[in-house]
Amino acid sequence: MIQFLVHEKADNVGVATVDIKSGEKAKGLYMDSQKPVQVKALQDIPLGHKIALTKFKKDDAVIKYGHDIGRVVADIKTGEHVHIHNLKTRRW
Amino acid sequence: MAKTKTPKVFAYRRENGRVGIRNHVLILPLDDLSNAACEKVAYNVKGTKAIPHAYGRLQFGKDLELFFRTMIGTGANPNVAAVVVIGIEPEWTNLIVKGIAKTGKPVVGFSIERFGEFKTVEMACWKAKEYVQWASELRREECDLKEIWVSVKCGESDTTSGLASNPTVGNAIDKLVAIGATCCFGETSEITGAEMVCKERGASPKIGEKFMKTWQTYEDMIQSHKTDDLSGSQPTKGNIRGGLTTIEEKAFGNLQKIGKKSKYVDVLDKAEAPTGPGLWYMDTSSAAAEAVTLWAAAGFVAHFFPTGQGNIIGNPIEPVIKLTANPITAKTMSEHVDYDCSAILRGEMTLDQSGDNLLQMLIRTCNGRRTAQEVLGHEEFVLTKLYESA
Repeated sequence: MIQFLVHEKADNVGVATVDIKSGEKAKGLYMDSQKPVQVKALQDIPLGHKIALTKFKKDDAVIKYGHDIGRVVADIKTGEHVHIHNLKTRRW
Repeated sequence: MAKTKTPKVFAYRRENGRVGIRNHVLILPLDDLSNAACEKVAYNVKGTKAIPHAYGRLQFGKDLELFFRTMIGTGANPNVAAVVVIGIEPEWTNLIVKGIAKTGKPVVGFSIERFGEFKTVEMACWKAKEYVQWASELRREECDLKEIWVSVKCGESDTTSGLASNPTVGNAIDKLVAIGATCCFGETSEITGAEMVCKERGASPKIGEKFMKTWQTYEDMIQSHKTDDLSGSQPTKGNIRGGLTTIEEKAFGNLQKIGKKSKYVDVLDKAEAPTGPGLWYMDTSSAAAEAVTLWAAAGFVAHFFPTGQGNIIGNPIEPVIKLTANPITAKTMSEHVDYDCSAILRGEMTLDQSGDNLLQMLIRTCNGRRTAQEVLGHEEFVLTKLYESA
């Protein structure tokens, strides 16, 4: 069963399509190529929330839809939850 | 969809040739003061609908122009068979009556000053009764699906919107535009972060630049009024709960609604009617009720509304077809949902199939199926106000 989807090859986050539990080897799918991907979740990722597919340093860009969707404000490990605590808008 | 090039629907062809999918007799207040009289008429005369609102007094300049455009456009919408306008005084009341009358549909105005509310209500009731009985004998006739003007806007989005419900709308829009339909998107502030991608979707570089100018004006307005980074407003608390983090992420998800092929013909002002087929951009607020009210006033007769967390908006005259890909929303808020496309997230349905399913729901809605919003009585008629009154 697919647990997360990734919009495009260039993306460095996936979107949980079910609740993912910490410690699970989560199975994902790239929507453009239909290629599978697997990431070990380091935190609980609720349905609809983002999981890091790589590690991020502060000021890195999070890429989704093949585009920059904001600035990393706290280091993120592969498999961690990406949301308002570690990602901010570059606008406003 | 691919097999039938021009699907048919059964709808009402109005005096001016436009096609409507509902047959409302509206009791339209000119101003806040006339809401009570309109509601009294609607109570007395079954089959009519009053649409109270908060404005119409001491407005001026562009704000007043938008007010009249919205009120006249609402009455002129092809989903409306006939209109009784009630205002506090006759001059502005008659401006609205004259504007609506250009469509050729029955419309009449009453004003309260020098009559009082009881007398006005009585006169309006007689006319409303006549209109309802006349409208009730109008018959639906076969029309082309491409004659149905469709607007699109999402609300309480989450990441499932960008993954599935918005691309479902996009797929349907590409198919509608291909058969020559008239469609429209907007939500200027919620394109922030993806504005350069939206610019590229203009029919020509000139139209793309026109969009950018519109977007920049809205952006400047936000920058001049903001008191923080808008993290409390955009994304909304519902967006954030659903996993959306930034306005950029929301914007790229939002743009999925315009599909992959269609280019927008031109940029419309708020409540401005398009002048031909194709996909159009309208400068609207991103607040659902305000935006759909503007599209209804521009003449759109059906609306696609994808939601993630469950925005339950409706409109009194333009049926709002609601879809969601979020399985929690589909399960816990099913009374609000017309089409559940969560199967896409489970890998059980393609976007192409989902777009066809949505078009089938559009056709059924055109033929008379009531949307969830209509059955639940969600009639959020919300005027866009540009600035304070004089």
